[in-house]
Amino acid sequence: MRIVCPICGARDRREFYYQGAGVALERPAPDAGDAAWDDYLHLRDNPAGDLDELWSHDAGCGVWLKVTRNVSTHEVKAVRLAGGAS
Amino acid sequence: MRVDGKGLIDRSQPVAFRFDGNRYRGFAGDTLASALLANDVRHVARSFKYHRPRGVLTAGSEEPNALVTVGRGAATDPNVRATVQEIYDGLEARPQNAWPSLGFDLLSMNDLAAPFLGAGFYYKTFMWPRAFWERVYEPFIRKAAGLGALGEEKDGDHYEKAYAFCDLLVIGAGPTGLAAALVAARSGARVILADEDHLMGGRLNAETLEVDGKPGHVWAAEVVDELARLDTVRLMTRTTVTGAYDGGTFGALDRAAHHGPRPEGGVKETFWRIVARRSVLAAGALERHIAFQNNDRPGVMMAGAVRAYLNRWGVAPGKAVTVFANNDDAHRTARDLVAAGVHVAAVVDSRADAEALGDYRVIAGAHVTGAQGRKGLEAVTVEGPSGAEKIATDCLAVSGGWNPTVHLTCHMNGRPTWSDGIASFVPTQGAIPGLVAAGACNGDFSTSACLAAGAAAAADSLGALGIKAADVALPAAEDAPYAVAPIWAVPGKGRAWLDFQNDVTVKDVKQAAAENYASVEHMKRYTTQGMATDQGKNSNVAALAILADATGRGIPETGTTTFRPPYTPVALAALGAGAQGSGFAPERKTTSHAASVAMKAPMIAVGLWYRPSYFPRDGETTWRQSCDREVGHVREAVGVCDVSTLGKIDIQGPDAGTLLDFVYTNMFSTLNEGRVRYGLMLREDGIVMDDGTTARLGPAHYVMTTTTAAAGQVMRHLEFVTQALHPEWDVRIMSVTEQWAQFAVAGPQSRDLLNGLLDQPIDNDNWPFMACGPVLIGGVAGRLFRISFSGEHAYEVAVPARYGASLFAALVKAAEGMGGGAYGMEALNVLRIEKGFITHSEIDGRVTAGDIGMGRMLSAKKDFIGKTMAARPGLVEEGREQLVGLKPVGPVKQLTGGAKLYSDGQEPVRAHDQGYVTSEGISAGLRHVLWLGIDREGQERNGEVLQMVDHLRDIRTRVELCDPVFVDPEGGRARG
Amino acid sequence: MRFSGLKILTEGLTGNKGWGPHWRSPEPKPEYDIVLIGGGGHGLATAHYLASVHGITNVAVLEKGYLGGGNVGRNTTIVRANYMLPGNSEFYSHSLKLWEGLEEDLNFNVMHSQRGIINLVHSDGQRDAFVRRGNMMRGQGDDAEMLSPDEVRRLLPMIDYDQTRFPIFGGLYHKRGGTARHDAVAWGFARSASDRGVDLIQQCEVTGIDVEGGVVRGVQTTRGPIRAKKVGMVAAGRSSQVAAMAGLRLPIESHVLQAFVTEGLKPCLDHVVTYGMGHFYISQSDKGGLVFGGDLDMYSSYASRGNLPLAEHVAEAAMTLMPVLGKARMLRSWGGVMDMSPDGSFIIDRTDIEGLFVNCGWCYGGFKATPASGHTFAHLLATGQPHETTVRHRLDRFRTGRGIMDEEATGSQHNLH
Repeated sequence: MRIVCPICGARDRREFYYQGAGVALERPAPDAGDAAWDDYLHLRDNPAGDLDELWSHDAGCGVWLKVTRNVSTHEVKAVRLAGGAS
Repeated sequence: MRVDGKGLIDRSQPVAFRFDGNRYRGFAGDTLASALLANDVRHVARSFKYHRPRGVLTAGSEEPNALVTVGRGAATDPNVRATVQEIYDGLEARPQNAWPSLGFDLLSMNDLAAPFLGAGFYYKTFMWPRAFWERVYEPFIRKAAGLGALGEEKDGDHYEKAYAFCDLLVIGAGPTGLAAALVAARSGARVILADEDHLMGGRLNAETLEVDGKPGHVWAAEVVDELARLDTVRLMTRTTVTGAYDGGTFGALDRAAHHGPRPEGGVKETFWRIVARRSVLAAGALERHIAFQNNDRPGVMMAGAVRAYLNRWGVAPGKAVTVFANNDDAHRTARDLVAAGVHVAAVVDSRADAEALGDYRVIAGAHVTGAQGRKGLEAVTVEGPSGAEKIATDCLAVSGGWNPTVHLTCHMNGRPTWSDGIASFVPTQGAIPGLVAAGACNGDFSTSACLAAGAAAAADSLGALGIKAADVALPAAEDAPYAVAPIWAVPGKGRAWLDFQNDVTVKDVKQAAAENYASVEHMKRYTTQGMATDQGKNSNVAALAILADATGRGIPETGTTTFRPPYTPVALAALGAGAQGSGFAPERKTTSHAASVAMKAPMIAVGLWYRPSYFPRDGETTWRQSCDREVGHVREAVGVCDVSTLGKIDIQGPDAGTLLDFVYTNMFSTLNEGRVRYGLMLREDGIVMDDGTTARLGPAHYVMTTTTAAAGQVMRHLEFVTQALHPEWDVRIMSVTEQWAQFAVAGPQSRDLLNGLLDQPIDNDNWPFMACGPVLIGGVAGRLFRISFSGEHAYEVAVPARYGASLFAALVKAAEGMGGGAYGMEALNVLRIEKGFITHSEIDGRVTAGDIGMGRMLSAKKDFIGKTMAARPGLVEEGREQLVGLKPVGPVKQLTGGAKLYSDGQEPVRAHDQGYVTSEGISAGLRHVLWLGIDREGQERNGEVLQMVDHLRDIRTRVELCDPVFVDPEGGRARG
Repeated sequence: MRFSGLKILTEGLTGNKGWGPHWRSPEPKPEYDIVLIGGGGHGLATAHYLASVHGITNVAVLEKGYLGGGNVGRNTTIVRANYMLPGNSEFYSHSLKLWEGLEEDLNFNVMHSQRGIINLVHSDGQRDAFVRRGNMMRGQGDDAEMLSPDEVRRLLPMIDYDQTRFPIFGGLYHKRGGTARHDAVAWGFARSASDRGVDLIQQCEVTGIDVEGGVVRGVQTTRGPIRAKKVGMVAAGRSSQVAAMAGLRLPIESHVLQAFVTEGLKPCLDHVVTYGMGHFYISQSDKGGLVFGGDLDMYSSYASRGNLPLAEHVAEAAMTLMPVLGKARMLRSWGGVMDMSPDGSFIIDRTDIEGLFVNCGWCYGGFKATPASGHTFAHLLATGQPHETTVRHRLDRFRTGRGIMDEEATGSQHNLH
């Protein structure tokens, strides 16, 4: 599998670290309540289709990326910086 | 027998080799199979279950029968297909899985027991008596199982892994692949052309067909010649593309050096990762068998293989050859044999309207119904419209038609499509993004169709890349249509083989159906059809056709099993190249490594790092002696320890303090410049992730330390926070672990030692406990931190790494001059346990701040990572396990890391579990063993006595719970 | 029909015509007492225990493909009871005892072989961590010994003791651990359940779960609607899709785990071995192939296949640990879909919907749990109460923080377990 790092170019999967679903970006407020935090850390849609995920180019530039990828075909559809900056 | 005037072998280069202890001769260009057939050796192996004699079946890597062991000792290579093993002077090959000999194999008795050894028999028995399964039945089964044996010495050959990139990967160099490569190469694209054979050309090397008015193999050689001269083309022979993976990545195995004796310093095999923007699969087709009674006799071969042995290797596998086929293509075998002067007894063609292609007898509308000759074919029985007859023959060339080699197209969840026209499966296009299947592997079997398909596939692929395809005139070639009438099994009594290696017959498949293993996956696993080393290349289609028939379904509805990489097996040494010995993982060494080794310190692995365990001095014979002495150095004089492996992260920017406040539980934005503070870091689930100290070196400049083990994790965590959670913060972070060499200088004389080296002296006023800042040491710009992991008056001094070795030398020399010296991990551990300081032995990934007595470090004033989840009821309720100190009640002689704590006076079982030991050390000062442990509500139970039991080391003792700070509980020594 | 050596003999002498179907292929009925969604190892085991222990036979197992086509047919066949934390410790101990009587219980040779499992350790600290685990096992009533390097060498002469990157400091030896023939386990449970009256419905995909007023009513399938009083979801990597049909979200991420086998070789490895400095485990099957695997690929997947980096890492571990395996050739690689939970431990619990129960979160350790998963899930379905060995395995433990069983100690990131 190859991911196009916006900074370094196309690289093999082995250069990247996978965290999990992109929901990790939406950290709830400290007082958002049990359900919101349980949702954030534990519950997942876990769809068999397109998923927004968080990857980091760990063995390269260290950038955190939001990657849209189909988890049934492994096709990478979109890659952008997790921070939203260009 | 060898046939004059035929073959692409080099008769001017004779080769001597051995098989089964006998000497034979062949020629350069021969495979072991062709050379043995030339020497009339037909029986070369035994089958897996019944140990029936086996002979060469094919001429390629799909060979299921002729598996041999090549080489001896460390060079032992089991399960080598004789059909791909090129011979060389001195080659030694031996049969496998036959005892005491190939000719007389005791386990061939199994064949007599065949009625009792049908599909799945072992699931129905071997259950009684119960103990017998493991003591009697299974050991026997295991000894009988397996094919070749591994050598007992480690593989001394050298293997490598590599990457390659191209615009177009062409898989297979037969007419299709050559045409594709030619078009792409002439268009200027970067091309990789790979073929598993050492001679490119595919079937053109095996046929007498002409291309462009010349022999096919001559045309092929000319194309290869042209391609070889281009820099933009990489030709890879002996290279099998083994798998198609995501993102245009392919695995490929280059069997670089199996065709000669051990390569001295050379590479035996290379495993490639090829990244191709586009690819063309030109993998050809594999011939399939027809099942009939005893079709597994040595001498029964594939018709296309017989043709290949004749035309490419100049070998007739028999003196009186019979052909059994259902298609026109197989007649070429008869025609070519006759033209070479080899007697063809008959062509038995199942089609009533079959006609001869040359001067030989055709028995149309007939079947071969049996083969006689246990160790080598002697005759076949034929039944046809004019009755039955027996034909004397020593080679039966069988062809049930051709199966396109679709495998790679199905490596990414694709399934092939059934084609009635060729009565076989063809690839489903698009199953591998960017890959086009063309030629015989796509169901086009004529040479001219293959050439056209290859050229078109290349042109299409290049077009998708925006490369204009060169106009290449296609050479003339034969255009014969493919005419086949499917027949999978000849009806009759007796066993008819489908899977020759695993001994799976038509009866087995039918029995599986009767027992309701009706899905093709169930049939495969229940009968083991398709699970041998050929992975069903020789049996899959026929087996599923028979299953379809037995279950009243069509073939498409029955479907195929899953095709998986690797296409042909890959040696673990190749796939794992570079990892043998210490190559498996990098070795990280500190700047004091060489000096420590010179001081004879045993170096121990701490993750990927190496750190000294202790520094033995003359006269010391046990590690305890050195450890006790080193602890004494630190408590009474001064010790020096390299602490460079701890993570160091440089944090700068106006929001540096904000970042630290967010990742630590306690406040850091309020830390004054020139001060260091201990920090606790949680995971977002509220569990302790790591601890460390962070120093404020400037208004917007901090340096964080982490533990050695968690350095990478913490760095990644900070990157996530700054890039993803709070990109609006103005802060930059950088790992500087390897940039700074850092040493602990600890003990009552630590300041004096440093003042002997620092350019400016320090005292308790200008450098109090927890102060930090830049210093010049020996003229070098460094940093000094007054922090202590030993509980003594101590510092850590850091210099740029290039000065580390010399600073260590200077520090140790100075320390020794003051009655101290270097100390290692053993002493470090005792010192910190005496003070109750924790490491990842205590913060093991399951404890909260409260559990380790640091609940008060959770600031109420701010949000931080882990704050909310740390307040979950389960993490704050009573009854949680907490950090305690443990001291012995009575004498204890042994250390017991990993011991359990149980209620005193109770049976040491789970019901009375009170906790466990996390760290242990022997305090020379206190003269007893100390432990840190985790115990239920431990913080409330000081003075209580528990049982400490280590079942594994057979230690039982009693311990008393106490405060985990054993030495200097007021902490005054560090502040002096 | 009862299987035995005598049966093989009599059938063999009379043309093997008497062998009949190992399970029935009935048409689904319109209603059952209990419907199990998922015909893998755990679903089939649940059906068997519902029938054999609780006498509940009006049960249907609905499988969208063929029986045992999921992880039960794809794993590396390891069976062991060497878990450390309370909750898991009791459960896997219970499972191993069920394994030890399984052939007899099912009258099917699942080839359970207690050849022993050795967890190698490569430092003093690691050895202590495994000693702790071993002490927990012994306290649980199971077996464990810590072998010295010399003792390891006697059992495993093929390891490279001299040049390997991470030398051997010893090994935790669990003699009652071992392997079993994975397909046979599924088939054995299937045959027993079917013989006892449970309907095994293959090629039947559940497309909806009917819930009315917070109570489950039945399911919709590709073979028609089926009403049920109780529904058990036991679909491993597909759990999230199934639960979503009832409007539930689970704490599950689905990931690919690869596994590998070599060509058949003469016996060279008698035990199951795990490596301590890289995720790698290996054993030799009764047919001679070395069966081995390692870590997840680490990215979410439903594809049941992985990529080269993991395959290479596993081969690299093999080469540093046992370089004599260099010329063993990988014959086949495959993958499955793992239901990863936030603490790496499973969930067997009721849900907020009355009559709807969930069994999931097995990560990559479900095979050894097959008998106990079935046994305890059957207990919950039959009695409405959790079995004593699964009281901690609640669905809500992540929310409350109570009873989290984090064996790997890596926290709530699903793929780190």
